[in-house]
Amino acid sequence: MMQGKRSFPIGTFVLSILVLLGLAVMIIRYIYGLGAISNLSDGRAWGLWISFDLYCGVALAAGGFTLAGVVYIFNLKKYHAVARPAVLTAFLGYTLVILALLVDLGQPWYIWHILISWNIHSPLFEVGVCVMTYAVVLALEFVPAVFEGLGRSILPGIRRIDWHAPWRVIRTIQIPLVVLGIVLSTLHQSSLGSMLLMMPETLHALWYTPILPILFLVSAVAVGPAMVIFESTLSTRIFGHKLDIDVLSGLARAIPYLLGIFLILKVFELAAVGELGLIFTAYPQNLLWWGEIIIGVILPIILLSMSGVRQSRRAVFWCSLLVIAGLILNRFNVSMLALDMRPGTIYFPHWMEFAISVGLVADALLVIWLAHRLLPIHREEGEEEEEKKPGRIVRQVSEA
Amino acid sequence: MSKAVLYDSTKCIGCRACQVACKQWNELPAETTTNQGTYENPPKLSAKTFTKIRFTEVEDNGKFHFVFNKVQCMHCEHPACVAACPVGALQKTPEGPVVYDDNKCFGCRYCMVACPFGIPTFEWDDPLPWIRKCTFCADRQGGGLKPACVTACPTGALKFGEREEILAEARERITAQPDNYVDYIYGEKEVGGTSWLYLSPVPFEKLGFPVLGSKAVTLDAERAMGAVPPVLIGVAAVMSGIYWLVKRRDKMSQGKDGEKEKEEVTK
Repeated sequence: MMQGKRSFPIGTFVLSILVLLGLAVMIIRYIYGLGAISNLSDGRAWGLWISFDLYCGVALAAGGFTLAGVVYIFNLKKYHAVARPAVLTAFLGYTLVILALLVDLGQPWYIWHILISWNIHSPLFEVGVCVMTYAVVLALEFVPAVFEGLGRSILPGIRRIDWHAPWRVIRTIQIPLVVLGIVLSTLHQSSLGSMLLMMPETLHALWYTPILPILFLVSAVAVGPAMVIFESTLSTRIFGHKLDIDVLSGLARAIPYLLGIFLILKVFELAAVGELGLIFTAYPQNLLWWGEIIIGVILPIILLSMSGVRQSRRAVFWCSLLVIAGLILNRFNVSMLALDMRPGTIYFPHWMEFAISVGLVADALLVIWLAHRLLPIHREEGEEEEEKKPGRIVRQVSEA
Repeated sequence: MSKAVLYDSTKCIGCRACQVACKQWNELPAETTTNQGTYENPPKLSAKTFTKIRFTEVEDNGKFHFVFNKVQCMHCEHPACVAACPVGALQKTPEGPVVYDDNKCFGCRYCMVACPFGIPTFEWDDPLPWIRKCTFCADRQGGGLKPACVTACPTGALKFGEREEILAEARERITAQPDNYVDYIYGEKEVGGTSWLYLSPVPFEKLGFPVLGSKAVTLDAERAMGAVPPVLIGVAAVMSGIYWLVKRRDKMSQGKDGEKEKEEVTK
């Protein structure tokens, strides 16, 4: 079932070029320093990489823990088919975050200092530890698919190894892994917001609020299903695993509730501290605020509340894009556009900064493409194995 | 116990001996700069310049003032950089200085973003870069010496001592010559107080000093981090509980074999 698909060589060729370009820029960085490849300066110490790769990357990878929770904790079986792709993209998302930090950090090879030299008061300490641990958890959550793929490899030498032994071990600890993943995600998704609490003087009042960690968590959970819709629609187009519309509309139905919570928290908090007027007076920042609220919150709430919209694959896809765009704008607002790190500094990313970020995304797309071709990621192993698993009663839902 | 420096800008003559002394003591290289149309040089702090004198021409109460002020790390009482640093490479010592340890740092630059005064700098043109900033000459202080800049100052514009005594002296100077100073000590309350204190003949905001509240900028983040252990335990417990409940319910309903497909989507 994996064969006979378009291999789109042109696409992979372009992606490979982008990856190589990113690598070239990385080499320049390690010879001439960060100043040579970026417009970062003392006035603007964090730029595109932190806003896009870290802030957006981590939030957009939230599909992994939300879907793992829905499928394995709440045991909603119909979403089973999308759990693995979600976990894979989440794992790649976190790998990208870590790779981006290899360029962004001054001395990335000392990143392990975070494991031995703790500052428990630093939100970034928590983010660092959680991201590292969670990347491992995601790898373990996904690795059963790799074992299954190896078990039916075309190379007889590899196929003959008993891949079921490690597979069974991972399956036994699957539920604790999922719970750990949810705990770690809750902590670091919110702590990315806590990081900004250190900047009450420089982050614009429209965004600065002590409840930023909660807003970050809620918006990440809301964008989780949107990302899953987005990814599975694309993979349907490219790889042809057609998903049940029931699954898509079920995911879409959750989004308005989550965005509703986000909107209420955000508006009521502004009203509570008497700063609601800023949304009309704080020009030009209020345009950014309205942008993220209308695109990413109000429009999706209205559209996805209509059952007709939820029944159309195309409409659900475009709504999920709105949610994602709104979230990206939100994360750029809080970490770049509305954060006046050192007043008077104007910053626009250098093209080589874009090259690094684009190269990393291309990396991930190549890996996803390979995984879809080589690994059984839209279904799981046969039933006879399933029944023996302690702590798991998820059965094969479809042969899709 | 904690040390402080009073910078009295009415006594400063802008000779920049402090700048030179700082470079000498910290073995910092010179910078190549271009003429900016002012005596002020270099234009800003950098990894090679920990302190500089800023020259400001300003009109106040109909009078023209040519005012100097010294820029360097303020050595806050509740430093944002110290709270921000994930590995504790920055520490506030009980003696006053906020010191940096490059044996711990890995170059994340959160300190630079968090600092309300915009002080820490980074070695942007070095492939193996570190954070750089004024050390308050913690090494000299450890040997009983004054900071290099204070020692070099020929006019007494810089005064080093215990923070309480320095504050008292600053108040005395304002009371003794109320016409020469604005009635404000910058650094006494800013973001919870700093180890560097300033007197000026004109309002500080006119000199480009950031206007900051008296609340330590670390408070909200501290509160959020305090919630981490209960959240960790709470989420783990709730998720395990839901898993157990759902599993139990599914087992019970398995006898009926009525597949309830229309379940509410909770997440």
